[in-house]
Amino acid sequence: MRFFDKFFFTDLFTGLLTTFRQQNPREIVTEQYPAQQPRIAERYRGAPRLNVDPESGDTLCIGCNLCALACPENLIVVTTERNAETKKKELTTFTYDTSRCMFCGLCEDACPVDALELTQDFELASFTREGAIWDRQMLEEGPKPTRYEY
Amino acid sequence: MSEITQATFLDSNELVLNMGPQHPSTHGVLRVILKLDGERILGADCVIGYLHRGVEKIGENRTYAQFNPYVDRMDYVAAVSNGLGYCLAVEKLLDVEAPPRAQVIRVILTELNRIASHLVWLGTHALDVGALTPVFYTFREREEILNIFEEYCGARLTTHAFRIGGLQYEAYAELATDTLNFCDRFLARIDQYESLLTSNRIWVSRLRGVGILNAEDCKRFGVTGPILRAAGVQWDLRKAMPYSGYQKYDFDIPVGTNADTYDRYLVRMEEMRQSVRILRQAAADIPEGPIMAKVPKVLKPPVGEAYVSIEAPKGELGYYIVSDGSTQPYRLRVRPPSFINLQALDHMVRDTLLADVVAVIGTIDIVLGEVDR
Ligand code: SF4
Ligand code: SF4
Repeated sequence: MRFFDKFFFTDLFTGLLTTFRQQNPREIVTEQYPAQQPRIAERYRGAPRLNVDPESGDTLCIGCNLCALACPENLIVVTTERNAETKKKELTTFTYDTSRCMFCGLCEDACPVDALELTQDFELASFTREGAIWDRQMLEEGPKPTRYEY
Repeated sequence: MSEITQATFLDSNELVLNMGPQHPSTHGVLRVILKLDGERILGADCVIGYLHRGVEKIGENRTYAQFNPYVDRMDYVAAVSNGLGYCLAVEKLLDVEAPPRAQVIRVILTELNRIASHLVWLGTHALDVGALTPVFYTFREREEILNIFEEYCGARLTTHAFRIGGLQYEAYAELATDTLNFCDRFLARIDQYESLLTSNRIWVSRLRGVGILNAEDCKRFGVTGPILRAAGVQWDLRKAMPYSGYQKYDFDIPVGTNADTYDRYLVRMEEMRQSVRILRQAAADIPEGPIMAKVPKVLKPPVGEAYVSIEAPKGELGYYIVSDGSTQPYRLRVRPPSFINLQALDHMVRDTLLADVVAVIGTIDIVLGEVDR
């Protein structure tokens, strides 16, 4: 280090200048979550939802069990019943354990009718362990995050 | 009589000190047993395994496609690189190759991830050594990279971005422009970090001559990545054994001369600039075409074995897979760079001072998820 630099602390002052420049309000990047909701990408893999037909309200799921087979964590349980009249398989229950899910999206990719979908909601906290296990009704209603006023 | 015992007590100049597993500077749950003589280090033993999840065993109990998300959880700072290595290994077993478009998108994401990983390293390393500011700036830029990942595949950290045979997700409309914009901004940001650190007298005196590991010892320990390059060995798997189309891109391999912590800092800074160069070339020219090769729905690789290694941000990351012809690997072995690089710690810190240990752990750039697996 040259004597000039050493004596006048130029190395430290260049650093301080950088820090000082960052005081500019335009440089502020902090997100005020939860007062301000973050921007979530369209493809975000968050809380699951079991889609229903928007008009009739019937589930889109055909009970093929492919999602349960695709899941590495084996956390989806699908039960079906054969309808005596139409001879078609019908979905009876669908459970999804969000506490064990790693949101990898393999189940979503496996679903042939786009019934299972990972939505943009990411606030999945629950007061009990059982609360993390979502049944068919919860999955069809979709996530309902609480929004607080600030 | 009591004189003798007292004398032995005062003479025993070896003090054993436990550093970690809850030490902020060990980057996770690493425990280092240090033998000290005053401030001087006589030896260091690493105790690892606090984060052991048995990833390799999990791999033997999952189908090839199902294991893919788990590899992200090893080096979670560079999850995309892990995914790339694993996909390439299974593709080699299946004897398929990802289509050109998929390869270019893979390169873009992997290089972005290299920058992100180096930014985490820089921020935390500076924090360990005593510079508080850089971590705020590096995480700001990392956030931009993570936003690109989120737009692309829907996850920020454990991305599960690639699939065996190509990609699951088509590039989103602005992937190329986002990447190029990021590159434009980022070069100025690197200069900003350098203005804080490179000539800073405290930074220089804390790093220069600390934790020297010369080329000979690097090879002896199997150390790879920036540590090896800082010792003057021009070894980068992207050039030495190109994969995923890296041979198409024009970039340099930065090397150091002194093999000390300061040189490793310079090498990694230059690597980020080189990544920007690759990114610019790749993002400017994404070919059209399919993103998925023809692979069967149920993957049953023929009996055999494959080893593929890639240049992860931390060094050579290898996957060795043995197939017995079923849907699950017979054996899956990971060669994690962090784990092997960490073994040189004892050699690097011997006869240095206690405060240098945190600098050396920082410069090895370990992620405990990968060390313990
Ligand atoms: S996201 Fe992954 S872990 Fe979660 S249920 Fe789907 S397949 Fe299973
Ligand atoms: S894959 Fe889709 S249709 Fe089949 S059981 Fe799962 S949610 Fe239902």
